[in-house]
Amino acid sequence: MDIAQITPILATAIATSTPLVFACLGETIAERAGVINLSAEGTILLGAMTSFAIAKTLEGSGTVPSLLAGFAGAAVVGAAIALIVALGTLTLKQSQVAIGFVLALLGASLSSFLGNSFVRIPGPTVPSFKIPGLQNLPLLGNLLFQSDLLVYLSYAAIALVWVYFYRTRAGLMLRAIGEQPNAAFARGTNVVKMRYIYTLIGGAMMGIAGAAFSLDFKAGWSHMHTAGYGWIALAIVIFGGWNPLRVALSCYLFGILQSLASVAQSSIPAIPSQVFNVAPFMLMILLLVLTSSEWVERVLKLLPSPLDRTASELIRSTPPAALGKVFEQD
Amino acid sequence: MKVELKDISKRFGNVHANDRVSLTVEAGTIHGLLGENGAGKSTLVKVLSGFISRDSGAVLLDGKSVEIKTPADAIARKIGMLHQDPLDFPPLSVLDNFIVGKTGTGLIDRQRSLRQLQQLSTHFNFNLNHYETVANLTVGERQQLEILRLLSLGVSTLILDEPTTGISASQKTALFKAMKQLASEGKSIIFVSHKLEDVEELCDRVTVLRHGKVRGRAEIPCPDAVLIDLMFGRELAPPLKPQTRQSEPALQLEKIRVDTDRLTLRLGDLTAYKGEVIGLAGLEGSGQQQLLLMCAGLLRASTGQIRVNGVEMTHESYSKYLDRGIGYLPADRLKDGLVSGLSIQDHVALRTPSRSLFVDWKETLKQTVQAIATFNIRGKPNTLVERLSGGNQQRTQLALLPVPLNLLLMEHPTRGLDIESVLWVWQQLIARCQTGTTILFMSSDLDEIMRYSDRVIVFSGGQASHPIAVSDLTADRLGQMIGGRLSDTLEPSVIS
Amino acid sequence: MTKRIFYYQLASIALAIVFITAIILVVGASPPSVITAMWSGAFGTVGQFARVVATLAPLLLCASGLLFTFTAGLYNLGIEGQIAFGAIVSTLAIRLTQDSLPPALVIVLAILMGGIGGTLWGLLAGVLNVYGHINEIFSGLGLNFVTDGLSLYLIFGPWQREGVASMSGTEPFPESLWLPTFGDTDASPIALLIAIAAVAITLIVLRGTYFGLRLRAVGQNLRASYVLGIPSIRQLLSAFAICGGFAGIAGALQVLAVFHRLIPNISSGLGYLALLVAMLVGLNAWFILPVAFFFSVLNIGSLQLPLDLDLESSLAGVIQGTLVLFVLLARGVSETLRKPSTNSPS
Repeated sequence: MDIAQITPILATAIATSTPLVFACLGETIAERAGVINLSAEGTILLGAMTSFAIAKTLEGSGTVPSLLAGFAGAAVVGAAIALIVALGTLTLKQSQVAIGFVLALLGASLSSFLGNSFVRIPGPTVPSFKIPGLQNLPLLGNLLFQSDLLVYLSYAAIALVWVYFYRTRAGLMLRAIGEQPNAAFARGTNVVKMRYIYTLIGGAMMGIAGAAFSLDFKAGWSHMHTAGYGWIALAIVIFGGWNPLRVALSCYLFGILQSLASVAQSSIPAIPSQVFNVAPFMLMILLLVLTSSEWVERVLKLLPSPLDRTASELIRSTPPAALGKVFEQD
Repeated sequence: MKVELKDISKRFGNVHANDRVSLTVEAGTIHGLLGENGAGKSTLVKVLSGFISRDSGAVLLDGKSVEIKTPADAIARKIGMLHQDPLDFPPLSVLDNFIVGKTGTGLIDRQRSLRQLQQLSTHFNFNLNHYETVANLTVGERQQLEILRLLSLGVSTLILDEPTTGISASQKTALFKAMKQLASEGKSIIFVSHKLEDVEELCDRVTVLRHGKVRGRAEIPCPDAVLIDLMFGRELAPPLKPQTRQSEPALQLEKIRVDTDRLTLRLGDLTAYKGEVIGLAGLEGSGQQQLLLMCAGLLRASTGQIRVNGVEMTHESYSKYLDRGIGYLPADRLKDGLVSGLSIQDHVALRTPSRSLFVDWKETLKQTVQAIATFNIRGKPNTLVERLSGGNQQRTQLALLPVPLNLLLMEHPTRGLDIESVLWVWQQLIARCQTGTTILFMSSDLDEIMRYSDRVIVFSGGQASHPIAVSDLTADRLGQMIGGRLSDTLEPSVIS
Repeated sequence: MTKRIFYYQLASIALAIVFITAIILVVGASPPSVITAMWSGAFGTVGQFARVVATLAPLLLCASGLLFTFTAGLYNLGIEGQIAFGAIVSTLAIRLTQDSLPPALVIVLAILMGGIGGTLWGLLAGVLNVYGHINEIFSGLGLNFVTDGLSLYLIFGPWQREGVASMSGTEPFPESLWLPTFGDTDASPIALLIAIAAVAITLIVLRGTYFGLRLRAVGQNLRASYVLGIPSIRQLLSAFAICGGFAGIAGALQVLAVFHRLIPNISSGLGYLALLVAMLVGLNAWFILPVAFFFSVLNIGSLQLPLDLDLESSLAGVIQGTLVLFVLLARGVSETLRKPSTNSPS
């Protein structure tokens, strides 16, 4: 197998990971602010269904308007579900796990029930679109820039989130809120309000992820169309150490592993292909168990000073300190 | 900026944390706020810095009345507070901590902030590594960072809440130098403390609080005795305790050192006798709690040995401690000692050893009724513990102690209790001592310490004095030692 | 329950009904016809009602087990995996012994081994949670995926059917190993009995034993329980083990009574449904039976919807989820309104 054969496979893998990237970036934002939105599975499904339903209904008005409306609708749905999560956990102080979990199941059921009339109907999809200059870059051109607008937007999203987190004041405060909300409060931030906002943003992005499935990478709608991706997104956020770049790379890793499934199937017939679908997740758990252990902490401490910070940033799996905890803002 | 607090009052439930407290700080001065735990100092400065809303009274800045409802308001009015526990972000770097909270939008100009940080650092001769993770800094360094940060926000009034707990001597010197410099630059500084020597060294004027009220004001220099009198009052009660101490040792500690992330307690050697009561005096956070937790088996000593009634207990599990009749009564009853949502009867069932799998509810009810009678608990067997009053919760805790009780360790045994309960509790405890129970208790009520202890150990910043017989102690001397003048009066026991 | 909390719960159920009605109207159906269809779907024929019973048994088992973890203050999201792992282990037991032991013994062994398998899997989740400090969400959900993979591997690999490996599962077991049912229906009296026994055991243990009392204490206040002398970690792990055990038995029963073989996704969302049941039931074990029954009726009844009204059967999930969500939110409202907000001294 040479580069020419691998490249299209990798390119497809990267492209098809795009919805996951949106979902994971959104959840990373919310979790960095201290809120777990466990409803990902339901949000993505409901977003997928809603966007397809809207786009299909408005198909007559043209591809672009119907697609835009679809994505907008998905974002609204995602934000609405996130609003319930925020209300239930930040204001009503119920468990984030409980509220999120119920919404995951409810969202899934709602998407199935309400989307019944849209099952297995063809609908508008995002057109492919190669970026003129960049597509001719030596290696990266074929790999990254021969897809469609959504993929390029996801690249932009990764960059934006990264810059926001690490280069802006607001992003720094976001990270601060997730670590020590009472200290952030002492510095003049309205912690609860900011957590609401970031949770809603995260939810909207998850909705968009759903739309990215039904309007592009897994076009159409069917019962439980995007099943499993919500849970995987939650896991990837943890696996990626709540760092937008690592999270995005983990999404691509996941996509690549999935692609390898079809390739490996021919090479290793003994292992059924379905296992490969689940294998990435199993691998990630293993890696997480290994990297969370005390062992790694000790090894890291032995490294010389500037190196240990970079290394721990690379491997770190410590959640934001205040994640999931109730904050009393008097 | 001239800061005036006029007749500030604040109640929490029944407690008058601040009762018409007034305070005036002129620009360019350092004003000390002195008092023991619970005197109301923290409440007052939290009102000024926007963390707590006052019930009545006024805050005036340069003669104008202002409303400060949130910390953001306080910052806007150039009032900054250095909290007792560092309120920063441990996983972030020094530079990032410096930047968080600065106004301004958009991208962070790291270089500019770095230059500002360095400028301020040199101005005060602080030495901070800008890329270090804050979690790795000492408390003193974190304080320095916070001070620099507040100054960079342009504060003209700086409140320091118990800043000298947990910092080294050289850091304290640097801190005081910085404060004096700031005062000379025209800033107003409020220095909250319980340490006499710090207040006398740093402040120009001092206001003393006790039980929520202003007891007096003084200009520095001022003799110790005057301040101690204001802080503690002259309620010297004669020892009420009958002699219960026996000759057999009950608790033997050797070369004990306990390391926690908040402080290190160096105790050395200690022997407590059967039937004896040892009072642990000193400000909270000075190590008493660590000693009690260690003797109870809830905290491991880093070095040293502990023997109870001759039995080596150093490496035993907590359940063994309970088996050996060692009981622990925490101060925060609903957090550490009783389970909300469970009734008195449930607790009795939990504490009754039983061979069978099934709870004999009839028998348990009988035992509970008996316990309620014996301990005079105002509640029914099925009353949930969170509905009991403080006094009755304490009685319930007493009812749950191991029997027989060899060693009892108590944090603030009568905190929040009404007079009747206080007397009753101590009556019970003394009765226990007469049958051989040894008691170690910590309290911030000096009267309680004086009245019920046979010997007293004074704690200050992780160091403990030798046990002093209560007959050798006066309230003044005790106050002085608590105020930090440990080294003046007695050699602390330190491990070599 | 005080009067006030009762009114809040009532209000929340009323609001939930309003929401569900709205959803039904949105798709253009009429609520009365939906109710009729679902009623006939669940109670119309004996066979249908038997299916309700068949769903009820594993649901009761899992919900009972979950009550242990809930009492201990834990969310056992890994329950799906525990069901599946129990199914896998019991299938293994059957495969190993079906030729050498009498059928009755094989069945008993299979159920037992299923329980043990689930217990081990539950313990694993517990250990990861308590000692590994791995986020309980990740360890729970993660292990679910691991079991998925394991069962897929077995079904398409070493345990595949003769000739063609397929999603329909392993080779079905001979009828001698099928649990007897009520007449021609799908409902197994043995499974139901085991399930009811589980509910009874749960009630007795949680209310009447020291273990149950200690579990409650640990769930309410971990620190104070420890100070009072309860070995907290042991309690937590026991809760995981028991819940896993019940789930494993449910998995074994799925294999023996319902599918008669190992299939992919054998837990079919029952674990998550049981979590919803447990969330509604709270700590009142007496409600397990009625709530689980109601949810089973919904599940089977809604299967009639595609046939009669051209609606998706996931309305059952909508109803279940809506009820739990509104009840949770109402709990939050009543708690928030009860606490007076004052700043606390510190």
